[in-house]
Amino acid sequence: MKKKVQKKELLLQGNEAVVEGALKAGCNFFAGYPITPATEISEILSVRLPQLDGTFIQMEDEIASLGAVIGASLAGAKAMTATSGPGFSLMQENLGFAVIAEVPCVIVDAMRGGPSTGLPTMPSQGDVMQARWGTHGDHPIIALCPSTIRECYDLTIKAFNYSEKFRIPVVLLIDEVVAHMREKITICEDEDVEIFNRVKPTVPPEWYIPFEDTPKGVPAMANFGDGYRYHVTGLTHDIKGFPTSRPDEIDPFIRRLFRKVSQNFADIQIGEFYQTDDADITIIAYGCVARSARRAAADGRERGLKVGVLKMNTIWPFMRAQVEKVLRTSKVVIVPEMNMGQMSREVKRVNKGDAKVFTINKVDGKIITPQEILSRIKEVY
Amino acid sequence: MAEITRLIHEYLRHDKKFPHVWCPGCGIGIMLGSLIRAIDKTGYSKDDIVLVSGIGCTGRLPVYVDFNTLHTTHGRALTFATGIKLAKPRLKVIVIMGDGDAVAIGGNHFIHAARRNIDITAIIVNNSVYGMTGGQYSPTTPYGMKSTTTPYSNVEHAFNISELAVTAGAVFVGRGTVFHAKLLDSLMEKAFAKVGFSVVEIISHCHTQFGRLNRMGTAVEMMQWQRDHSVTVEKAAQMKTEELKDKFKIGVLVDRELPAYQDEYEKVRRWAKGTEKR
Repeated sequence: MKKKVQKKELLLQGNEAVVEGALKAGCNFFAGYPITPATEISEILSVRLPQLDGTFIQMEDEIASLGAVIGASLAGAKAMTATSGPGFSLMQENLGFAVIAEVPCVIVDAMRGGPSTGLPTMPSQGDVMQARWGTHGDHPIIALCPSTIRECYDLTIKAFNYSEKFRIPVVLLIDEVVAHMREKITICEDEDVEIFNRVKPTVPPEWYIPFEDTPKGVPAMANFGDGYRYHVTGLTHDIKGFPTSRPDEIDPFIRRLFRKVSQNFADIQIGEFYQTDDADITIIAYGCVARSARRAAADGRERGLKVGVLKMNTIWPFMRAQVEKVLRTSKVVIVPEMNMGQMSREVKRVNKGDAKVFTINKVDGKIITPQEILSRIKEVY
Repeated sequence: MAEITRLIHEYLRHDKKFPHVWCPGCGIGIMLGSLIRAIDKTGYSKDDIVLVSGIGCTGRLPVYVDFNTLHTTHGRALTFATGIKLAKPRLKVIVIMGDGDAVAIGGNHFIHAARRNIDITAIIVNNSVYGMTGGQYSPTTPYGMKSTTTPYSNVEHAFNISELAVTAGAVFVGRGTVFHAKLLDSLMEKAFAKVGFSVVEIISHCHTQFGRLNRMGTAVEMMQWQRDHSVTVEKAAQMKTEELKDKFKIGVLVDRELPAYQDEYEKVRRWAKGTEKR
């Protein structure tokens, strides 16, 4: 007998799709603090998680939220928090802890206008650099950015997978438009979705080296209570986890943190090229702006302009190889962003001069429209 | 084997290089002794105990002991502990903090952990000063005392940590001093046995910073000060208010019954699944 495929057609908001993705990935712990425009994630998980024997807790602030998330992850949970710019600022302290102690967790930042309280109900892409360098010290980070509701679902799963695979906090940067917009998505119950769970030690406890420098760069992770008693600290530590101030132990440790991300660019950096092969003009965009970019490219093509789009789903680590590719093949590269030029600076940094790079910077709390991108193209090309 | 030798071998980490970071004469060593003796009495396996700390002299304690140990960010130990306890309720979660850690930078987390009544024991070593950074005043530095950042005299008023814990909702609050090591043992044993948020405040000394700046003498003299200025709860009940001036109470300050957070959340799970009507 043919197995009936369970197809679910859903009309979902971005925040709702994040929840569906998180639950699919196995999220069983959420700690958060109310903030617009991310609150729906908390509200829905407060209903869903206890139904699934998981835990939802509303903490006293965002510092505590990420603290609880890290604690839960150390005890074996797949843990997530969700916030917006002001709360993300408060999380930077513990974000750094998750990086140095290599604790898997997912942080959703639904970007709104800033700085400070800024524009609580209006979109922006102002947290791109906060996601990269918000916490102090030299560190790697992974940040993903969806532009459709389906991507909210898929990238949340990927965020959990990367965090478990590389033992690193992963930031999901969504903007207010994507967080609150609704689209139809189809989820198949038996869909073949890769779910990655942290690699646990298989050696006896007395042989376990919790922060071992392996070729992959990612040591096996024992959960608290599994019989492997070890020390976790925010201090720079040796392979056993104990604080160190020896230069010959510090240097390889910090380099390993970077290496575990840098040697996996091919796995981590995801994006899409739309008609960039023959494009004279390439738009590099992410988040809700990537939607306008697609439309602008289609409209441009209708008018005889060879326009392509590089959509970035991975914001950090910076998709250098992909960007360099379009910089080599295009005459003009346009980077529209709802900030004063956070990603365009990266694009310009790697430009060797084959293409001219232009920006569109919109900071009035409104989305960048396809028309605005088209008129910019006409202006510069 | 002498009992102390057994405890040292059982609970101190063999692979961690001693000496420890604390000054000779520090009260934290006495507190660590009580902690180990009290944990030994709980009957918990070392695998099921999680010791969480923040930043400061006290925050360095977990690295020396053989449990699941977590040295977090400054003031945030209780938030990490909350996550651990909720994700794996069978674990015994003990949080070690200093006074600055617990009620300055971590003050908000402290009152909310108490309010939630989450099943965690918070042990706070109160030495009235930020020792590790060199003797700055903390929220428990008494009025009129000197520190490196109150060179003329402190004009702020001190927090009473235990009273704060009582008001915020902790179900067990005990106060002791490092002079009264036996009392500390019993307070910790009671706190570990309690289900819910329990607090043990330990009055300690920092002769290196606080004592030196305020001419309070050696570690021994500061411990004699603890002996002379503490009154047991039972004795205090018989004393007049003016007799209790410049004295602090030691012993069990509160021991009450309230449902712990993780048990309440179990109810939420049952309501959510519809296996029980609210």
